[in-house]
Amino acid sequence: MTTASATVEKPGSLRRRGFRLDFFRVLTWLASLATVVTLLWIVASILEAAFPAIQKTGLTFFTNSVWDSNREKFGALPFLIGTALSSLIALCLALPLGVAIAIFLSENFLAAPIRHTIRFVVELLAAIPSVVYGLWGIAVVIPLVQKWGNLLAQALGFIPLFTGPVFGNSMLTASLVLALMVLPTITAISRTALVAVPKTLREGSYAVGATRWETIFGVLLPTAAPGIVAATILAFGRAMGETMAVAMLIGNSPRLTWSLLSPAGTLAGLLANQFPEASGIQVSALMYAALALVLLTLLVNMIGEAVLRRAQKSIKGIQ
Amino acid sequence: MRKLSLKVLLSLFCTSLVASSAMAATQLQGAGATFPAPLYQRWIAEFGKLNPDIQINYQGIGSGAGIKQFTQGLVSFGASDAAMTDEEIGKVKQGVVLVPATAGSIVLAYNLPGVESLRLSREAYVGIFLGKVAKWSDPIIAKANPGVKLPDLPITVCTRSDGSGTNFVFTQHLSAVSPEFKDKVGKGTTVTWPTGVAGKGNDGVTALIKQAPGAIGYVEYGYAVNNKLTFAELENKAGQFVKATPESGAATLSTTQFAPGLLRGWPEDPDGKDNYPIATFTWLLLYKTGNDKTKLDALKKFVTYGLADGQKFANDLGYIPLPAEVVTKAKDALNTIQ
Repeated sequence: MTTASATVEKPGSLRRRGFRLDFFRVLTWLASLATVVTLLWIVASILEAAFPAIQKTGLTFFTNSVWDSNREKFGALPFLIGTALSSLIALCLALPLGVAIAIFLSENFLAAPIRHTIRFVVELLAAIPSVVYGLWGIAVVIPLVQKWGNLLAQALGFIPLFTGPVFGNSMLTASLVLALMVLPTITAISRTALVAVPKTLREGSYAVGATRWETIFGVLLPTAAPGIVAATILAFGRAMGETMAVAMLIGNSPRLTWSLLSPAGTLAGLLANQFPEASGIQVSALMYAALALVLLTLLVNMIGEAVLRRAQKSIKGIQ
Repeated sequence: MRKLSLKVLLSLFCTSLVASSAMAATQLQGAGATFPAPLYQRWIAEFGKLNPDIQINYQGIGSGAGIKQFTQGLVSFGASDAAMTDEEIGKVKQGVVLVPATAGSIVLAYNLPGVESLRLSREAYVGIFLGKVAKWSDPIIAKANPGVKLPDLPITVCTRSDGSGTNFVFTQHLSAVSPEFKDKVGKGTTVTWPTGVAGKGNDGVTALIKQAPGAIGYVEYGYAVNNKLTFAELENKAGQFVKATPESGAATLSTTQFAPGLLRGWPEDPDGKDNYPIATFTWLLLYKTGNDKTKLDALKKFVTYGLADGQKFANDLGYIPLPAEVVTKAKDALNTIQ
């Protein structure tokens, strides 16, 4: 008679019952390691290629506003600001709209089939290729911005944000199209967060006499808030990395301006435009910019993930 | 059952033999400038009809990328609007032969509804691209255009956002005619323009010009003609306003001085009454030594075709046919390849 093994299996161990090396576990461990190693490898390669530029410019890369590859002066500030600003404006436009759609889809204002259709259509927006958004932006948004921008500049031209001359290819155009591109992300995750609010909370709120809107704004949104914040942060990460559509719409200007109606530039657009023909120290400087973008996007995504996980944990407690 | 599978195997084997013999055609791979790409594609199509056993593939990835791939030995031939600098030639162990293949002018296309012809003096067009002349109604522009009603629109300068041979040639010309431009912006495949919006590629700039009333930008002559853009007459060194035509471009090209031993040179600011001031050759980059025999024969055949019959297509597609003496020099250079 054999006695059962008394060894307790440690979680994540490669051996089954402290005994033989389990092939399946080794395989899955290798797969997980491969993803982590690939990420580190990418960052390491970019760092290595960027090293000459890092030595040459150091931290002034982030504070200088002149990018002149001819004269070997590399200051990425206009592109950093362009990236951050276009993403922020896109978020400001997409967030209220996205949360509103999410609320609408999580409540039963309309019959279920219609809600499913709307949800499907919003997710289809995410499936449209980026370059198609760019083309649509050129055909539709640019003429609109030129027309309304002229009116805006005439009326509110004294505010630095809206001074002319008005360009069709400007920060505003790119931000508008970016807002449309991040809308599906915000809507989908916010809807999930709202639907995940336990029924007991909803019913409890109605039980104490709150109206539907009081419930939505007083109970559901605050409970789903961490999820919505996570959605926002992930959408922000996506907007920052968007290349093609933005490069076609933003005007690719390396100059720092206050006006939203002037052309601007983003880090991703800078890389897409200048990398193919770059040589020498310019390649290194562009790699430095790429490093900045990667680290920024990684940071934003990590924060988003952390907030989302915390949100899920806090909801689990309520039953 | 076993006999059947044997027959199947045998027939598969025979088909694969036939298929592989059909694939024994000589294959040439080229990459480089986007400017001459339409012409090269036309050459490849026509040449392929006459020589079906030679398959050529050309990718317009940009002059800089073309030079990089050529240096790394990834292609059979390269193409570049900016030829190659001595430094770049030094990096190619097999040696380089530069063969001018075709040429083109760079025009300043504009979008001014109602203005069919425009004359830009040197002062005007340099000022526009420096950002000093900001409105179409500026007297500097009006001076050369008596009787033309210029609208009071702001000037939207459209430039290239990517590095390119077109940038190189245009900034080279502007640097040659204006010390202030040379100081502030300089010449190069990628420069930082003091004003305006930027688009990717000749087609990007064309799109920008078409979208904005009051826009002006620099594009290759072929692009302007094919997209029906209006472009300006420019003042040349002799003080004449010349429109870009194949003749005025050819006149400029024939003044080009080539560097000794190398078919490389640019007419930066040509003399002559009828010369259009901005024109350039574009080059094919070939390895001087170490070529595979069959591929070399195919390549020589193709380039000879391009230099001879291929020049016929130049006019239709918006390029300038090579002057006769340049063709002779190019053929001589081709013969030095081993």
